[in-house]
Amino acid sequence: MADKVFYAMYDDDDVLKDGAKKLVSKGVKVSEVFSPFPIHGIDPIIGVKNTRLGIMAFIYGLTGLTLATIGMRYFMIEDWPMNVGGKPNFTYMDNILAFIPISFEFTVLCAAHGMAITYFLRNKTLPGMPAQNPDPRTTDDRFVIELRASDNSKFSSDELEKMIRETGIVELDQKSI
Amino acid sequence: MHKEAAIREPLILGHKTYHDITEDVCKPIEDKAPRMWYILFSIALIIGLYGVGCILYLLGTGVGVWGLNKTIGWAWDITNFVWWVGIGHAGTLISAVLLLFRQKWRMAINRSAEAMTIFAVFMAGLFPLIHMGRLWLGYWVLPIPNHFGSLWVNFNSPLLWDVFAISTYLSVSLVFWYIGLIPDFATIRDRAKKPISKKMYSIMSFGWSGRAKHWNRFELVSLVLAGLATPLVFSVHSIVSFDFATSVIPGWHTTIFPPYFVAGAVFSGFAMVQTLLLVMRKAMHLENYIHTKHVEYMNIVIMVTGSIVGTAYITELFVSWYSGVEYESYAFINRATGPYWWAYWAMMTCNVISPQLMWFRPLRRSLLFTFIISIVVNIGMWFERYVIIVTSIHRDYLPSSWSMHYPSHIDLGVYVGTIGLFFVFFLLFARYFPVLALNEVKTILKSSGEYYKNLPDDHHGDHGHASHHVEEVKTEARPVETPTEEAPEETSTDSEGTDENSEEAGNEEETND
Repeated sequence: MADKVFYAMYDDDDVLKDGAKKLVSKGVKVSEVFSPFPIHGIDPIIGVKNTRLGIMAFIYGLTGLTLATIGMRYFMIEDWPMNVGGKPNFTYMDNILAFIPISFEFTVLCAAHGMAITYFLRNKTLPGMPAQNPDPRTTDDRFVIELRASDNSKFSSDELEKMIRETGIVELDQKSI
Repeated sequence: MHKEAAIREPLILGHKTYHDITEDVCKPIEDKAPRMWYILFSIALIIGLYGVGCILYLLGTGVGVWGLNKTIGWAWDITNFVWWVGIGHAGTLISAVLLLFRQKWRMAINRSAEAMTIFAVFMAGLFPLIHMGRLWLGYWVLPIPNHFGSLWVNFNSPLLWDVFAISTYLSVSLVFWYIGLIPDFATIRDRAKKPISKKMYSIMSFGWSGRAKHWNRFELVSLVLAGLATPLVFSVHSIVSFDFATSVIPGWHTTIFPPYFVAGAVFSGFAMVQTLLLVMRKAMHLENYIHTKHVEYMNIVIMVTGSIVGTAYITELFVSWYSGVEYESYAFINRATGPYWWAYWAMMTCNVISPQLMWFRPLRRSLLFTFIISIVVNIGMWFERYVIIVTSIHRDYLPSSWSMHYPSHIDLGVYVGTIGLFFVFFLLFARYFPVLALNEVKTILKSSGEYYKNLPDDHHGDHGHASHHVEEVKTEARPVETPTEEAPEETSTDSEGTDENSEEAGNEEETND
């Protein structure tokens, strides 16, 4: 399906935010925003939902804690109950204080790495992936709004272009895909 | 809501635009390295290689090449380990704790401080490994069932806790650092002209494109990692202190160790950050981003943590007497007046007296003074570990076992070698990596940049017309010291800056909560 994509470029994050607000209020759907740094407050405007990675981090952390507990219980209580100075470890609870540091470290280890890996996979940012920003300047000082004609079928592309031009852009690029 | 209070000193001096920030940070990477870089790199490399040679000799011959004896079975190796781990605490503290407290000044220093952390922890990790004598059996510290029977590593031992703490700390810091680096690598990638560097940075930037959703995730991941790293920083040095505190050696067997080691670690880490940054900002012309105010903030941290360390020393002395344990008191009397009195007093002077000078505003804002003190502090912190470790064990219970520690030249070579290797890593970092979190710095430009802060307040409210944003004049070779104001045509542009940054501040708070 042929689709037309508009790349409206701004040179200021706040102008982009106002522009996006204006476009959205007219019923235009903004499909993506590319920026060199996070624009605070853009997400609700263009309808980007908050990420749930934090919940994932919590789950990974719990997994780590569970693994550490099961592991240490097996190593130190079941498989080879260590007898230190005639004081053997009969239960995990007897010795729990000694297990706290590693439980904590392993929780953090799993939470941090689990979250980082999920983050890379969800973003599809992995070593060697091609860059997808429409213009190399969007990692420097330019901010781009991406609109798709297919998302905004109630407007003609001329209307869209007109609306975009009213938002203080510095450049407008169109591409058919 | 509101823009930052006018009374706060701006964090970015001069009139910088977003593009200027990119230029200022990327320029040293894209240009040819200055002569001085090659000189320093060669020196560091030679020293580092000498250290590697000493390590190889040590591995080939055995740990006997160190100046240890049967009384003093632990000396420079563990001293250096604790010293490096301590230095490795500032980076994550700056990036994690200060991120949680929303300290904007961290943006300018976090990247290099984190790099320093990682390299310092590399150096620290080296010591327990070579200290095993048989480096190739280093994997025995991992909980893997061994082929000699089902004996596991001892999970009750602080030494094993160390294994977990240090490896978690190193890998989490590395991930935290790298996730922050990715957008900046993307900036360099998109500017790179040479095919090889374009290829390299494109691999390293993982195809980062700066989508809104990605930034949303980026911010949350940074926040959660900071939240995880904060207790991690405190736990790591607490666990390192357990190596001593859980033993029954008088002078080591002290409950005050964990907090006091953590404070000492932050103290020495910030000192090392100061040493490195004061040189780096000059060499890479980043004086507008890392300026006196940043140095002052860090000096205040040094002063506070130095005072905590001083209090801990005095508490230790008091408790050794108050406890009524004669062995304990002797350990401390011997420290201060025994054969190692010079090490003790070097530590006291460097760590207790020198940070107190930071109470004087002109001193803590003096760059030269800061540089000297930062080195003094690190010397003091090395002596602190040496004093704790060696003086506590050199007089054994039996006077016939009393002994002194004399380092061998291998001890010295390994230690100096790690300093060399550390600088090799740091210089490579400064050459090829963005030393400033340039994209994060851009986020504070409007709230804390000097130009934006000094704009008159009555420019609020002219939201609508944004189209007249002025193409920034790309001036090559901007004088860094005296930023020129290209003012008149820009007034309109920046009037928006002012009121928008108030909005931005508001939004920032929303997202934070």
